[in-house]
Amino acid sequence: MSEFKNTDVEQFHGVWVFCEQRGGALMPTDLELISEGRKLADELSCELCGVLLGDKVEGIAKELGGYGADKVLVCESPLLKDYTTDAYAKVICDLVEEKKPEVFLIGATNIGRDLGPRLAARLHTGLTADCTHLDVDVNKYIQFLSESSTLDLSKQKFNMEDRNLKMTRPAFGGHLMATIICPRFRPCMSTVRPGVMKKAEFDQKKADACVIEKPAFSLKPEDIKTEVLEIVKAAKQLVDLTGADYVVSVGRGISKDVKRGIELAEELAAVLGGVVGGSRAVIDAGWLSADHQVGQTGKTVHPKIYVALGISGAIQHKAGMQDSECIIAVNKSDTAPIFEVADYGICGDLFKVTPLLIEAIKAAKAAK
Amino acid sequence: MKIIVCVKQVPDTSGKVAVNPDGTLNRASMAAIINPDDKNAVEAALTLKEETGAEVVIVSMGPPPAEGMLREILAMGADRAVLVSGREFGGSDTFATSQIIAAAINTIGVDKEDIILCGRQAIDGDTAQVGPQIAEKLGLPQVSYVAEIKKEGDSLICKRMLEDGYMTIKVKTPCLLTCIKELNTPRYMSVPGIVDCYSKPLEIFDFNKLKDDPLIELDTIGLKGSPTNIFKSFTPPQKGAGMMLEGADKETCQKLAGILAGKHII
Repeated sequence: MSEFKNTDVEQFHGVWVFCEQRGGALMPTDLELISEGRKLADELSCELCGVLLGDKVEGIAKELGGYGADKVLVCESPLLKDYTTDAYAKVICDLVEEKKPEVFLIGATNIGRDLGPRLAARLHTGLTADCTHLDVDVNKYIQFLSESSTLDLSKQKFNMEDRNLKMTRPAFGGHLMATIICPRFRPCMSTVRPGVMKKAEFDQKKADACVIEKPAFSLKPEDIKTEVLEIVKAAKQLVDLTGADYVVSVGRGISKDVKRGIELAEELAAVLGGVVGGSRAVIDAGWLSADHQVGQTGKTVHPKIYVALGISGAIQHKAGMQDSECIIAVNKSDTAPIFEVADYGICGDLFKVTPLLIEAIKAAKAAK
Repeated sequence: MKIIVCVKQVPDTSGKVAVNPDGTLNRASMAAIINPDDKNAVEAALTLKEETGAEVVIVSMGPPPAEGMLREILAMGADRAVLVSGREFGGSDTFATSQIIAAAINTIGVDKEDIILCGRQAIDGDTAQVGPQIAEKLGLPQVSYVAEIKKEGDSLICKRMLEDGYMTIKVKTPCLLTCIKELNTPRYMSVPGIVDCYSKPLEIFDFNKLKDDPLIELDTIGLKGSPTNIFKSFTPPQKGAGMMLEGADKETCQKLAGILAGKHII
């Protein structure tokens, strides 16, 4: 085996996805990243490999194949049962140095954002945080720019042979987008925002064909400098914003009567079959818990219908919801920026409009 | 015992943000503030100082005007500050930034009982990478997303937030923690603090000061030493505004429900 040298760009092959598990269960982000990784591996004509660490987790590995993984590297040890920075970073860095993947994707969860920078610093390579779009193929990237940027593409030059991973992410709270490359070092690493990449259809045949490999690794208790004393699950059921088909969000406009405002949102969400979200102002004021936050610093959603009640539409909020299929905004001010992205706008008092909307949607559904 | 706090001065992106025609940020039009998560790290350090008598040292990398922010933090109660500033450091990505700050922390010195605190992430980049990367460069254990810190002998007991709950993690000093806003409410500058802050030491670390540290080489710092490069930067297009419905009464709502039913999305 040749020595690991991070600048030998040609020596690196394959797309890897870190598949995070908590309590022995895969995270939804794993399936999104495997699906996205499949596309990149096809563009690079290489293998897609999941990396799964834990204790007795081999049983959940095959599922990753159903979303596109050719192979899953499974490392099992009681020392890997719960995530620790030191254990996971050591095992994964050793694997990277041995097997030399070209691209390495990690979900930008609280754990992925702890692990990713540690790995990149140790491997001396680049890491792009919280990506929302990934491309290898230059034609596809140009297509993406033509839809998602205000750049004049006739003035841009592209090298059509470019094989670098082009990693696009929002910056400055979504005011700017930047595409980042890591041309001189491998692997090229990226953390990816949960909820952004689309999960592929599960294919049982592919799952059956997925290869499970259990590489040797070395890990000793003294490698781990932190001790996990306990893991506590939130007592309250957390709202699943990213997976919801209907999201009804409230903003500062409910301040007149917070309780009633949230009740109305819950009622409308129930009629639609969805969940309640909130803008940063609502979370900061403590009116809804943090798991409800939609936006750049909260969650990215793309439901069938997104209803914004009393949300002015700061750019950092829009960054989290503007890809919804249909956006309905109710706001007292007809100049509220939310109307710039809304498919349907109603200028009015949410406390008066929402009950009418609930009745109208109930009636429209009953008439079907 | 020392507590070293890494802070960054950032443009305030919570208000109106101006973008230049070439797609770069118009920084001149925006107020410069202490990064919010870093303020929680400062508060945590000052609280620990009250409990233990530790010295609080603030480190920031940035252009010379960041000195004003450092004086503010000295006025909150920190003991001394270091501004890491130099042309050679400009254009650094998170990797290169962490090399430089780690070298600055090495120069200050990390002793057995010391703690390094960072904010979780800065609001201009939102990467959350520099803290863990500094920890790696210094060979220290890290705990990120910290919402509670308790000191017990030579260890810290930290509440580390997850999306679906939290972990309680025990870590021995020296170590690095990244702090989130749930940790505390930052204090204001005090009047005596403001009087004192100009007599407290504020040192500038430039390239010459740090150049002998093994982490500092011209090909590991600055724009040239950054593994990542910006390929393109652009502003997203505004999604075209849709239809403003007339009125806000029962009829309006019925019309909207009719449209949604017609599109088969309800």
